[in-house]
Amino acid sequence: MTVLEVNNIETYYGAIQALKGVSFQVERGEIVTLIGSNGAGKSTTLKSISGLAKVKKGAILYNGQDITNKQAHETTLMGISHVPEGRRIFANLTVKENLLMGAFSVKGKAVIEERMENVFTYFPRLKERMNQKGGTMSGGEQQMLAIGRALMMQPNLLMLDEPSMGLAPIVVEQIFEIILQLNEMGITILLVEQNAYQALSIAHRGYVIQNGEIVLTGTGKELAENEEVKEAYLA
Amino acid sequence: MFQEMLQTLPQVIIDGLTLGSVYAVVALGYTMVYGILQLINFAHGEIFMTGAYIGTAVLLIILGMGFGSSIPSLLLLIIALVITALCTGLLGMGIERVAYRPVRRAPRLVALITAVGVSFILQDVVRIVAEILTGNYIVTGPSLFSKQITIPVSSFLSVFNDASLKVSFFIVLICAIGMMISLDFFVNKTKWGTAIRAVSMDRETAALMSINVNKVIAITFFIGSSLGGATGVLFAIQYGTIDPYIGFILGIKAFIAAVMGGIGNIRGAMFGGFLLGLIEMFASANLSLLTGGIFGAEYKDVFAFAILILVLLFKPEGLLGKAATEKV
Ligand SMILES: Nc1ncnc2c1ncn2[C@@H]1O[C@H](COP(=O)(O)OP(=O)(O)OP(=O)(O)O)[C@@H](O)[C@H]1O
Ligand SMILES: [Mg+2]
Repeated sequence: MTVLEVNNIETYYGAIQALKGVSFQVERGEIVTLIGSNGAGKSTTLKSISGLAKVKKGAILYNGQDITNKQAHETTLMGISHVPEGRRIFANLTVKENLLMGAFSVKGKAVIEERMENVFTYFPRLKERMNQKGGTMSGGEQQMLAIGRALMMQPNLLMLDEPSMGLAPIVVEQIFEIILQLNEMGITILLVEQNAYQALSIAHRGYVIQNGEIVLTGTGKELAENEEVKEAYLA
Repeated sequence: MFQEMLQTLPQVIIDGLTLGSVYAVVALGYTMVYGILQLINFAHGEIFMTGAYIGTAVLLIILGMGFGSSIPSLLLLIIALVITALCTGLLGMGIERVAYRPVRRAPRLVALITAVGVSFILQDVVRIVAEILTGNYIVTGPSLFSKQITIPVSSFLSVFNDASLKVSFFIVLICAIGMMISLDFFVNKTKWGTAIRAVSMDRETAALMSINVNKVIAITFFIGSSLGGATGVLFAIQYGTIDPYIGFILGIKAFIAAVMGGIGNIRGAMFGGFLLGLIEMFASANLSLLTGGIFGAEYKDVFAFAILILVLLFKPEGLLGKAATEKV
């Protein structure tokens, strides 16, 4: 079953056209990665889906329902969690408050507690740091918090924008391991990465985006072995 | 000279706390809106003024109903505060909806000028309505809690003079402190309060947390404006006579208080408010003494502004503000 269907979307920032007709799908249970170089339009694609960027043309279907230009808080309520580029932790809020904000629309103290415990099974470090200000955590810890915060909504579709950015290889390894675990738990994943090698190694399928257009697609393995991809992104 | 300054100190503190608590609560409105929208909501002073009129109207209407005078003053006050807070809260929310939201994405100057425009509209609307209803836009409310008390400070500490105050001093101070403590609790300890802080830090990410950002902004305006309006009622009770222009200079002072404390910082605004009130009253009592009669009490505002400039020179982020790296 198709969880996400992006049909020929065009997105502008003022007069600048960032997406020039992007199309792709994500099936339930998949890890799909979107790779491309700086400024290719990866983040804009995620923002268009979650509602942070306004789509001018085209349509986005989620579980068959048209969600084009729904507001960001609405798409989150529908089960799409977007972990933005650069983690965007609420710096002056504690780890606990950050997680509580992640569960903003979740009703019931007990349910929230339970979800928080669930997040701690993936990221035990967060439990130790409950009362630390988010802004004072290390880059890796912040990435864990950003993902943990997104999990508080128990998303159906988790969109991650460059989770490996600026992290040491060992931490990247951990984060990708957790992405795999989350996928095994049934969460569909849309992963944006510049770290193409890592991303393609865990993804079922991938798309290559260039200058606001999808230029190549295939399974993770196919793309990893593709000469053009190797040359451009795996060098 | 020092002795003379000491003598007037008890009175300076009482007057300073009264004025300071008014500044402090009004400053909260500026700081909250600035924190969440980076907008200097110039109309906030006029919300305060409108509150003073609404509260006075409520009091006059109830007292005019015959049985009104049998209602205890405290109950009257509570009724006036609640009705006013509701009205000005909705007014603030309405202003945000029709005047600020449409220009939220425009350059900041646009919103600033819009705010100035809203100020003028409120001044004139209140003036016209007051004039139609009472024949004069300068209104004197009923006197509540106006009993004078003298605190015989001198009898136990002879360096001080006696201080005198109206009973309303306690009302103003207690209500203002109550409002500040509740707000501080709300913002720091509740879910919606935390959401206000989250939206202030990062609006986009807050939206990704399923927070309805427009709703949070509306709530912020409601709270800031209802506190500001209620403070207007306290002001009217304490100082008696009101006109449609009281919000202008008071708004500027409260804004200064917010900047002094660190704009965007809620505790900073409270601190700044009290500090400014005390400084102003100190200046008004002692300026002529300090300058050998060259500057009189009427220069107290200059003194206040000079302090502001000093604060901005040496601690531009405000007394309780955090240095550059983080906003709010
Ligand atoms: N807020 C913005 N205002 C104007 N232009 C923008 C904005 N955000 C992105 N762009 C432009 O849109 C294009 C796509 O940007 P986008 O952030 O989607 O790229 P990306 O693939 O995520 O790049 P990176 O790997 O560097 O994060 C770029 O040309 C960029 O300059
Ligand atoms: Mg990006």
